[in-house]
Amino acid sequence: MHKLTIAGIVEGLGRGDFSSEEITRHYLRRIEQLDARYNSFISVTPDQAVARARAADKRRSKGDAPPLCGVPIAHKDIFCTEGIRTSCGSKMLDNFVPPYSATAVDNLAQAGCVTLGKTNMDEFAMGSSNETSFYGEVGNPWDTGRVPGGSSGGSAAAVAAHLCPAATGTDTGGSIRQPASLCGITGLKPTYGRVSRYGMVAFASSLDQAGPMTRSAEDAALLLQAMAGFDPRDSTCSDIEVPDYSAGLDKPIDGLRIGLPREYFEQGLDTGTETAVRGALAELEAMGARLVDIDLPHSHLSVAAYYVIAPAEASANLSRFDGVRYGYRCKNPRDLNDMYTRTRTEGFGDEVKRRILVGTYVLSAGYYDAYYRQAQKIRRLIKNDFLAAFEQVDVIAGPTSPTTAFEMGAKSADPVQMYLEDIYTIATNLAGLPGMSIPAGIIDGLPLGLQLIGNYFDESRLLNIGHRFQQATDWHQQTVSQCMQEV
Amino acid sequence: MQWETVIGLEIHVQLCTGSKIFSGAATRFGAEPNTQACAIDLAMPGTLPVLNEQAVRYAIMFGLATNSTINLRSVFDRKNYFYPDLPKGYQTTQLEQPIVGPGVVEIELEDGSSKNVRLHHAHLEEDAGKSLHEDYHGMSGIDLNRAGTPLIEIVTEPDMRSSKEAIAFARKMHAIVTSLGISDGAMAQGSMRVDVNISVRPQGSDELGTRTETKNLNSFKFMEDAIRVEVHRQIELIEDGGVVAQETRLYNGDTGEARSMRSKEEANDYRYFPCPDLLPVVVDQAIVDEIAASLPELPDTRQKRFITEYGLGRYDAGLLAGEKTMADYFEATVAQCDDAKLSANWITAELAAALNRHDIELEDCPVSARQLGQLITRIIDGTVSGKIAKQEIFPALWDGEAGVDQLITDKGLRQVSDSSALEQLVDQVLADKAEQVEQYRATEEKKRKKLLGGFMGPIMKASGGQANPAMVSEILKRKLEP
Repeated sequence: MHKLTIAGIVEGLGRGDFSSEEITRHYLRRIEQLDARYNSFISVTPDQAVARARAADKRRSKGDAPPLCGVPIAHKDIFCTEGIRTSCGSKMLDNFVPPYSATAVDNLAQAGCVTLGKTNMDEFAMGSSNETSFYGEVGNPWDTGRVPGGSSGGSAAAVAAHLCPAATGTDTGGSIRQPASLCGITGLKPTYGRVSRYGMVAFASSLDQAGPMTRSAEDAALLLQAMAGFDPRDSTCSDIEVPDYSAGLDKPIDGLRIGLPREYFEQGLDTGTETAVRGALAELEAMGARLVDIDLPHSHLSVAAYYVIAPAEASANLSRFDGVRYGYRCKNPRDLNDMYTRTRTEGFGDEVKRRILVGTYVLSAGYYDAYYRQAQKIRRLIKNDFLAAFEQVDVIAGPTSPTTAFEMGAKSADPVQMYLEDIYTIATNLAGLPGMSIPAGIIDGLPLGLQLIGNYFDESRLLNIGHRFQQATDWHQQTVSQCMQEV
Repeated sequence: MQWETVIGLEIHVQLCTGSKIFSGAATRFGAEPNTQACAIDLAMPGTLPVLNEQAVRYAIMFGLATNSTINLRSVFDRKNYFYPDLPKGYQTTQLEQPIVGPGVVEIELEDGSSKNVRLHHAHLEEDAGKSLHEDYHGMSGIDLNRAGTPLIEIVTEPDMRSSKEAIAFARKMHAIVTSLGISDGAMAQGSMRVDVNISVRPQGSDELGTRTETKNLNSFKFMEDAIRVEVHRQIELIEDGGVVAQETRLYNGDTGEARSMRSKEEANDYRYFPCPDLLPVVVDQAIVDEIAASLPELPDTRQKRFITEYGLGRYDAGLLAGEKTMADYFEATVAQCDDAKLSANWITAELAAALNRHDIELEDCPVSARQLGQLITRIIDGTVSGKIAKQEIFPALWDGEAGVDQLITDKGLRQVSDSSALEQLVDQVLADKAEQVEQYRATEEKKRKKLLGGFMGPIMKASGGQANPAMVSEILKRKLEP
């Protein structure tokens, strides 16, 4: 059963091949028996899952099944889930049980999804390797000595290891796409504003966006369909109509203009990565797409601008974790200052503290103009680069990550090396554009993704290209025997 | 040396929207602690603000009423600092692009002169919660009911030169926001709080001295006292060879003393930046025009109308029009008795004194405008004398004993206008004062008027104040004729 995609599960449930309770229990068993290897879940919620699955089966028997009725999935532990601990990968929220659910979670529940549990992640989504989690690092299912990427590393690993058919993720600078690339799955970061941010613990509000992590583009379309849409509780959420993402999946792609940014291919791209990416592009070309060289002249500034803007917003967003109302509070505080200081010193990990410090610094009197204001100007330039490019092409393609999964610990001593993991993904967050990573090759036994960047609210086209590509290739079906192990 | 005081104000006004500026929680005053704070007000993880449109409309109304520019695009910023009653660790406010300003407001002083005070701007922001430091055995309690209540902060240029001017301006703001109905203006409950920036300089100097800021004054009396204390402190300091340090000060209204709260060096770096959770506020000129067209009558306009429509003097008209509740009360009284001058006199004298004596606001006045109007009607139609009305009926009305006519009947206060009874009364008194009667008759015509009082007083007294004074005076004059 765990070989099935979401599309396959929906069919199987519809035909009565199995019940939601059966497939839910099947996945719960897999998590229980296999996740010790990966550590991809922070919380597993078997009781709620089985109860929800039974309710879904009942609905289906009454002929009143919503589109994803009884489909088990997992949520990144950044999404608030009513009555279920939501840690955000941090000691700070180890005891936090929200009294409400994120809109994205609610929307998926409305569509019928059953929640298996909450997946591991870098603390407060700050990291590219899942090594900053309070709950320990996550093993990449292709090689458990390697990282799964981050920050949605738990979701990516759980999907790749077939511990769940799909999971939600969030992407602030590449946190859906980079782990998707490193774990050999499909990950879509929608346009900023496509999915509500309400109930998603904020890292950098102007960049955060939730999206699906799946084993196929077709599945990503099904999940995004349920997640997307206007939410009056999020002022930055768009009320542009949500199209039928599945309807356009099979459209032919001949004549499609794919832009290849010179900056992505010329400046020190890993040869293995380039070979894989060029191979995938040749495949798309063979399907009728036209490859066009384009320029994104300000690309080289994106990492610098991102590491000013994201920490700045984070430094304010994380101020609420002060030990006053919920979450971790230090023992026996002497006075107010002591409570603040020790609560935050003890409750946050090093990477989170580093970003709070950087963010505080760049917003400080005397530095604001040199850093924050300057970074906002760069952000506009980057956006304009993309707008100009989309005058010439329909989508932009390139690598998702610089390399395949690296060994645990390889980059954790050098934050800048770690930050460069997101060199190809960050610009789309700064511009607010949708981006998707699809499996595009295997190098030395490790998967690698191709990134497709679309124009605003053009997720349909990304899903269409991804689906056509996956019809013609089997990179997305490649796995290692461990991941298919029966239990 | 002669010193000049320079004052600028920052006034926080709570807007009386039904719900908070960024959440749906209620804003009612005085509820049980933490019963009016939702997940957003508590800054629970993942929650997001949504701007209350009514707050924006109210801010625009204020801008229009103060001849200010309405900025069709304004931006919310985050002001970062840690405090337990500030749940998010930042206050959402407007710094670089406020919704209102600049503007200019004319204030009127007691001597009849007037002057312009410039508004630097007014911006929208959220209020913080309250920290309660008593009753918790060395710990502090946090009440977040107030957290997220919408405020406008009105910031002036340093245009005021005395506490009188500063208070006149603050009163004017109070009159405007209450007339607009955008705030309840209940200062004792914190609906309007004033920060006073004060500096002094030698008379004739163009340079500004170093200023201090005295925060959170919630009555005009405290403003006056705090300004006096601070101006005195600064002048004395400078005359003793010292220098004024830029600092924030707290004035304690109970003790009349002020102390330094924090120096400039200790001031926070608030690290303002645009709030990414809120879009810039973009308002259509058409909406501004619509709001302008439906603006209620403003204090200045009402004052002018009181002069032309009711024939009031400029000062009385200003006094009555300056407070919306007072102006409404006045007009309701006039509607009842149809005598504007008497109504104005009663409200500014008897009623104001009684409110003062009992230390209550007009909103809580036990005598309704209708009752006061009825009482004045009974004075006009001669049923009771003005004196009886003041001394007997008004206090009884205040105590809620009964209605006006009931009181007159029950207490037997009806004015005696029966001419035979009055003639008898006059005769009795004149019989006891034969000597004075002689004296009166001996006095030449023009000077007699003065002596008339010597008879009137005893006669009125003998009647228990109930004799109709006009009739008594007429009978008296006739009987005194030689």
